[in-house]
Amino acid sequence: MSDQEYIPKSKAAKWFNDRLPLLTLGAHLTDYPTPKNLNYWWTFGGILTFCLLTQIITGIVLAMHYVAHADLAFASVEHIMRNVNYGWLIRYIHSNGASMFFLAVYIHIFRSLFYGSYKSPREVIWIIGLLIYLLMMATAFMGYVLPWGQMSFWGATVITSLFSAIPLVGESITTWLWGAYSVDNPTLNRFFSLHYLFPFLILGLVVLHIWALHVPGNNNPIGIDIKKPSKDTVPFHPYITIKDAFALLMFMIIFAGFVFFSPNVLGHSDNYIPANPLVTPAHIVPEWYLLPFYAILRSVPDKLGGVILMFGSIFILFVLPWLDTSKVRSAVFRPIYRNFYWIFIVDVLMLGYMGAMPAEGIYLVLARVGTIYYFLHFIVVLPVVGLLEKTDPVPMSISEPVLSGGANPSLAKKDNDKI
Amino acid sequence: MSKEEKKVNRRDFLYTASYTVGAVGLGAVVWPLVHQMNPDKAQQALATTEVDISQVEPGKSITVLWRGKPVFLKRRTPEEIAEARSVSLNDLPDPQKDEDRVKKGRDEWLVMLGVCTHLGCVPLKDKGDYKGWFCPCHGSHYDLSGRIRKGPAPTNMEIPKFEFVDNNTIKIG
Repeated sequence: MSDQEYIPKSKAAKWFNDRLPLLTLGAHLTDYPTPKNLNYWWTFGGILTFCLLTQIITGIVLAMHYVAHADLAFASVEHIMRNVNYGWLIRYIHSNGASMFFLAVYIHIFRSLFYGSYKSPREVIWIIGLLIYLLMMATAFMGYVLPWGQMSFWGATVITSLFSAIPLVGESITTWLWGAYSVDNPTLNRFFSLHYLFPFLILGLVVLHIWALHVPGNNNPIGIDIKKPSKDTVPFHPYITIKDAFALLMFMIIFAGFVFFSPNVLGHSDNYIPANPLVTPAHIVPEWYLLPFYAILRSVPDKLGGVILMFGSIFILFVLPWLDTSKVRSAVFRPIYRNFYWIFIVDVLMLGYMGAMPAEGIYLVLARVGTIYYFLHFIVVLPVVGLLEKTDPVPMSISEPVLSGGANPSLAKKDNDKI
Repeated sequence: MSKEEKKVNRRDFLYTASYTVGAVGLGAVVWPLVHQMNPDKAQQALATTEVDISQVEPGKSITVLWRGKPVFLKRRTPEEIAEARSVSLNDLPDPQKDEDRVKKGRDEWLVMLGVCTHLGCVPLKDKGDYKGWFCPCHGSHYDLSGRIRKGPAPTNMEIPKFEFVDNNTIKIG
C-alpha cells in the first residue's frame, strides 16, 4: 500500500517521522482508498465525528457554569440561559446536539443494516459501533438528569429502578447507583462526573472504530469486495472529504434550524419545573431517541421480563452478524430481505410512536405486536431469508456495470497491475 | 517424567501464589472505589422521621418525605378497612392480609412507602380500579391496603419500619 512507501520530503520531517510516524498516519488517512460509489448515506461517519466534538466542546464550556448540586443545579441552568454570555446558545447547541447526534447515529446504523456493513469481515467494526451507541445512550440519559427538572428526576428514578428488577441483588444495586435511598444529591453528583467522562471513552472507541474500518476498508452500496487501490477506489482526500463536508453543511443547516427556531421542540416542558420527589409528572416520557426501547419495556406485563426484553432488544444487535445467514451483503441484490428491511424500519418507528403514547388500549396492543415482530426479525426472518432467498446477480467490480456491462475480471486485474 | 512433573509443580506454585496475592491486592484496591458509591453516613443519618398525625381526618391521607422518598400515611374509614379485608387472598398477585400491613389495634393507619414497586414513581391517591392508588407511569393499580392488584408492579407497596410514639406521633424508620 502507498502509505508504507511514504517518505517525508524534508529532512526534519523524516527525522520526526522515523521516531513517531504521525506523518505516515496522515498520509494513510489522506490516500486511504475509498470505494468510488459511496453515496450520501456514507457521509454520516464524518457527521457523527462532528457531533461528538460539538458535544465535547459545548459540554466543557457548560461545565464552567453549571453547579452539580440538587439545590443549585436547576438555578444554575437558568443562570446559563439568562446571565452567561451566549449561554443560551451554547446550551441549546448542546441539548439539541444530543438529538442530532442520535439522528445521525440511527441513519448510520440503518445504512449499515441495508448495505450489510456488519457482515464479515466487518463484525468488529459493528460491535465497537454498538458499544459507542450504548455509551451514547448512557451519556445522554445522565446529561438529561443534570438540569434537575421534573423529567430529569423522574426519568432518573425510572431508569435506575430498572436495575431493581434483577433478582436478589437488584435493590442493593439500585441503592449503590443512587448513593442514597432515592435519586438524590449523590446521584446527581456522580452522574455529572460520568457524563463528563463518557464522551472521552466514546472518543477512544471512535478511534478503534475507524482503525477497525481501515483494516478491510469501507463497505460500499453494492457490497462487494474490491481491490484497493484500483479503478474502483478514489483517495479519501479530496474526493470523500469534500463530499463529507457538503453533507455536513446540509446537516448543520437542519441542526441550526432546531437551535435557532425551535430549541425546545424535542424537549419536555415538564423539565422546566424543578425536581420534586413528592410528585410524579402525569406522563413520563424519555427523550425521543429512547422511545422504541421504552415501548418494548412497557409492552411486557412483567417487571423483570420487560427489563430483559428491553436490554435484549439492544444486545441482540451484537450477534446480528451471525444471525444474518446471507453471504450477499447489500440489500440491493436481496429482493426479499429488502422488503423485510423496510418492514423492520416501520416497526421501529411504530414502536417509537407507541413509546410516546400512554401504555393502554390499542397503543399497548400495537406495542406488543411491534415488540414481537422486532425480535422475530432477528431470530426468524434474518436466518431464514438468508438461506432461502434467491439473490440477484452480484457484479464483479464497481466499474463493471458502468463501463462494460459484462464481467471482465482479467481487465480489472490488468488495471491493478498498472497501479 | 517424574522430574519434569516436579519442575512444573514448583513453577505452578509460584504462578498461583503470585496471581492470588495480585488478586487479593486488586480486590483490596477496588472495593473502596466501589463502596464509596453506597449511601454515605450523612445519608444514613436521615434514617428516622417523626410525623404529627393529629390533624388527619378519617378517609384522608398525608405524604411526608423520608430518606428522599414519599411516605403515605392514610387514616382509613371503617368501610375502607372492611373493603380491604373482604378481598380473597387468591385475587392478589402478591398475597398479603391487610392485618399484616398495619399495626394491631391501629388498623385505621396505613403507613407505606409511596413508591410504585415497578419503577419507582409516586402513585396518585384515590385513583385506579381499586379505589386505592394508581401509578401514572406504567399503569399499576393498588387497593386500599396498598396491595398491587393490576399492572406491571411485582409487589405490594412497601411498609417501612414505623412505630407510634404516642397517640399523635408516628416515627418512621
